[in-house]
Amino acid sequence: MKTDDLIRALAADCATRPTSLRRAFATAMIPGLAIAVSLYLAFLGPRPHLLWLLAEPRFAFKVCLSLLLAALSARLVMRLIKPGAESRRAALLLAIVPALLAAGIAVELLSVPIGLWSQKLIGTNALHCLKSIPMLGLAPLAAILLSLRQGAPEHPAIAGAAAGLLAGAIGAALYATHCPDDSPLFVAVWYTLAITFVTTIGAVVGRRLLRW
Amino acid sequence: MRGEEQEKQWALLMRAGNAGDGDSYRRLLLLLTPVLRANARRGLASAGMADTDAEDVVQETLLAIHLKRQSWDEEAPFGPWLRAIARHKMIDALRRRGRRITLPVDDFSEILADGSAEPDMLVADVGRYLEFLPLGQRTIVQAIAIDGASIADAAARFSMTTGAVRVALHRGLSALARKFRTEEP
Repeated sequence: MKTDDLIRALAADCATRPTSLRRAFATAMIPGLAIAVSLYLAFLGPRPHLLWLLAEPRFAFKVCLSLLLAALSARLVMRLIKPGAESRRAALLLAIVPALLAAGIAVELLSVPIGLWSQKLIGTNALHCLKSIPMLGLAPLAAILLSLRQGAPEHPAIAGAAAGLLAGAIGAALYATHCPDDSPLFVAVWYTLAITFVTTIGAVVGRRLLRW
Repeated sequence: MRGEEQEKQWALLMRAGNAGDGDSYRRLLLLLTPVLRANARRGLASAGMADTDAEDVVQETLLAIHLKRQSWDEEAPFGPWLRAIARHKMIDALRRRGRRITLPVDDFSEILADGSAEPDMLVADVGRYLEFLPLGQRTIVQAIAIDGASIADAAARFSMTTGAVRVALHRGLSALARKFRTEEP
């Protein structure tokens, strides 16, 4: 087939409009989030006095930090799937999250007596956290990755990792409203491990799924 | 026309294409082809490979530009998007041919001159994948690409609705792009 022939076919296909990336992403998030919330309600459920707890600084901190991570990684994902788009700044901005977490840890270490540090870090049920965050993040991850196939990531594994980070952050934000361990020490260790796990899955799957 | 001005024209045509203007869109692809061809020849040459299958890379890149056109923001500059796609496809093509190579980032406007002519004899091109398409898609792609039929012509010829022709064409083109990606040349 001559190149001019191919161009004729491509031009004829011009009227078939592809869905915008933003819309594909938003549409996929609806079932992804719905499944995550259903799993949350079925297996975990909110802590008692949830709204009242928002005044508790440690609780508010972990919820807000998870939401901030979700927002920043969503921004990064949308840039990574557009060829030639500037994504370095969006990636660097992610550093706000560990910086805030470090500040939270510093405050915690100053306000909690040294004898209680390890107890705060180990918490009441670390294994539950390690299992639940990936469990909640899985459906959003699948939905995000499928919607990203509409895009054109220059680096599929990195885009997949960013999708995993977003899904992990969504799982973490939900789980945070269930988990009784509020210490930044607990969050720094166990949430980080769980989110890293989801991020790795995203990178591995994205590497194959997001090729174009 | 050079550099920035040229990219502005491309962006203008692409926006028109996005708004459904097939003629502008076709003109854009025709304008991009010599640029992509020169880029492909240069890429293959710098990897120490014969440029005989440059046209293969050109056609694969054109398919990618078409199928991924929603990844260009209408407000964003067109050049970086185009370069990133061409580069991605070039690396992909080299990798499939067994090379791992880092390409220099070239300014397309400098290499426009030598890529105007399409070779008469194509060693490799998208056509060889046509036979892998399901019959319906293959018939439609052939009728429109090679026989030059319009969507309406093809619909009349095969007693299909124009909607069905559009779907078959789009699926056929997507399948061709997928073939490129997964098959060894």
